[in-house]
Amino acid sequence: MRLTAEQLSLSVHGTPLLIDVNLVVEPGQTFGLVGPNGSGKTSLLRLLGGLNKPKAGRVLIDNQPMHTLRQRAIAQSIAMVEQQADTTDRITARQVVALGRTPFLSALHPWSAGDDDIVAQALEDVDMAHMADRLWHTLSGGERQRVHIARALAQQPKILLLDEPTNHLDIRHQLSILELVRQLPITVIISLHDLNQAMECDRIGVMDNGHLIASGLPYEVLTADRLKQTFGVHAHLIDDPIDGKQIMRFSSVGAISKPRRHSELTLSLLR
Amino acid sequence: MWIALTRSYTACSWWRWVWLTPLVLSVALMAGTAIGETPIPVETIVKVLANHLLGADYAVDRIDAGIIWNYRLSRAIVAACCGTSLALAGIVLQALLRNPLADPYLMGISAGASTGAVAVAVAGIGAGALSLSLGAFAGALLAFGIVIMLAHAANSGVGGGRGVQAAGSIILAGIAGSQLFNALTAFIITKSASAEQARGIMFWLMGNLSGVRWADVTLAVPATLLGLLVCLWHRRSLDAFTFGADSAASMGIAVRPVRGLLIIVMALVTAVMVSMVGAIGFVGLVIPHAMRFIVGSRHTRLIPATALAGAVFLIGSDILSRVLVSGQVLPIGVITSLIGAPAFALILVRGKRS
Repeated sequence: MRLTAEQLSLSVHGTPLLIDVNLVVEPGQTFGLVGPNGSGKTSLLRLLGGLNKPKAGRVLIDNQPMHTLRQRAIAQSIAMVEQQADTTDRITARQVVALGRTPFLSALHPWSAGDDDIVAQALEDVDMAHMADRLWHTLSGGERQRVHIARALAQQPKILLLDEPTNHLDIRHQLSILELVRQLPITVIISLHDLNQAMECDRIGVMDNGHLIASGLPYEVLTADRLKQTFGVHAHLIDDPIDGKQIMRFSSVGAISKPRRHSELTLSLLR
Repeated sequence: MWIALTRSYTACSWWRWVWLTPLVLSVALMAGTAIGETPIPVETIVKVLANHLLGADYAVDRIDAGIIWNYRLSRAIVAACCGTSLALAGIVLQALLRNPLADPYLMGISAGASTGAVAVAVAGIGAGALSLSLGAFAGALLAFGIVIMLAHAANSGVGGGRGVQAAGSIILAGIAGSQLFNALTAFIITKSASAEQARGIMFWLMGNLSGVRWADVTLAVPATLLGLLVCLWHRRSLDAFTFGADSAASMGIAVRPVRGLLIIVMALVTAVMVSMVGAIGFVGLVIPHAMRFIVGSRHTRLIPATALAGAVFLIGSDILSRVLVSGQVLPIGVITSLIGAPAFALILVRGKRS
């Protein structure tokens, strides 16, 4: 499904969080959302997922305006993994994943064997099948995150929204989740902090201060100039000698000037 | 294989509910009718019931028959309804507020309902059971609104997001609300009620089933069934709130209408109970937590289990309140609080540890 944002704006208590965001994510694309803390990534994902209503503008699922759809209909196409979602209930990982079937269940369509299979497959996909019957509070942060992703997969969404899903994950599971997400034949919008991981997306959007300042192919968008302006870091592109892929190496703007000042001071003392 | 086993187990447990519930409930009602100041043999009870329900014509002692039919049975039925309703209100509040300590009594809803009922009773508006309930309903909603607003204001600096309230501030707001409404109740009584009226009201406020008659049953049973049906209908919605309101919304729950409906129905049901028997504490806290321990926290099983256990618990507490001190009837609220307060402490300590 295609997800379109038209001139989205959002403000909370008079503070603008998003200003005039326009975005089209084509069916099957993996769209990476990057930007500094507080730049509006989470707010944008919440609007795209229908959790908040925009102050202005609208979201379209294919060509259907989201505000004309019922919450249940939205949940049948869009699944979302939030950054923090915790519970004190004594429930197993499997029961959490089973929640993902909620939008498809009703009095006429009770839980069936098909739902069991979908839940089992989702747990398998995030490598949590062996912990399916562990209680939530015994799971580590990374395991909980994987269960949340499995819950979203059990929704069998056409569009998947992930808000920094690799937080808390060890490197092996970071890579396996990203690999899984890229292979999904559905539209994915994922916010990421690791810019090298973002480079693997089909398209990237850069958020800064509530504006979507750029979107396009990774190498067009994440240029050294933009990284300096938006993130305040120096970036060097380095070729990986093993497979020839380019990777970014970062250094802070301050870190380069400080030693120089220090050496100038030392020099002046020596004189 | 494993899945097939669990399914047959679940299906089996559904069937078990169907025959177990009426059985347990009728045994509890029998006990509630048989045990008391004058013990009455079960045989006599069965005869009286047969006389009234099946039109039989057994010879029974007139006084016994009167005690059973007019006094104890109606009382046991209302106790059962009360237990079920308060326990379900506890489940709904705990699920929607994501707070294990939420309970209609602790959150000041019962206190608000008391104030509403007392205001109607003393002011003498209508004075029927229905107008008492409506007054209590208004009071309950007002109290809930104030407590939630207070808790929200206390939390707004923390920024936990919509619907996320720290356990502590709900309880503190509940204390403030309870105190406010208890003070209002006391004020209304002192200002407007006669000495005799005041004594009666004070006794009723602690939770008292002595005044219950058949007229109350006709209000209590439909209210309880309404609460039970709404809870069962929304059992998946309640499950979806496991990770908070946002997560529920992303799984297709229309959060505002569903939350509004559940809270209004539960406030109504609580108000009906409070207007009949006064504020009985801790039922909504103890029973859901005990049942979570036994059947787990998924509402498909938790709701029927809690409804049944609440009914049995309150019938049991009523029996205790009648036999514990011979020649005296304790307010039932005393019994439930004596059991509930330690349970509250236990939940508090366990919550801190995990």
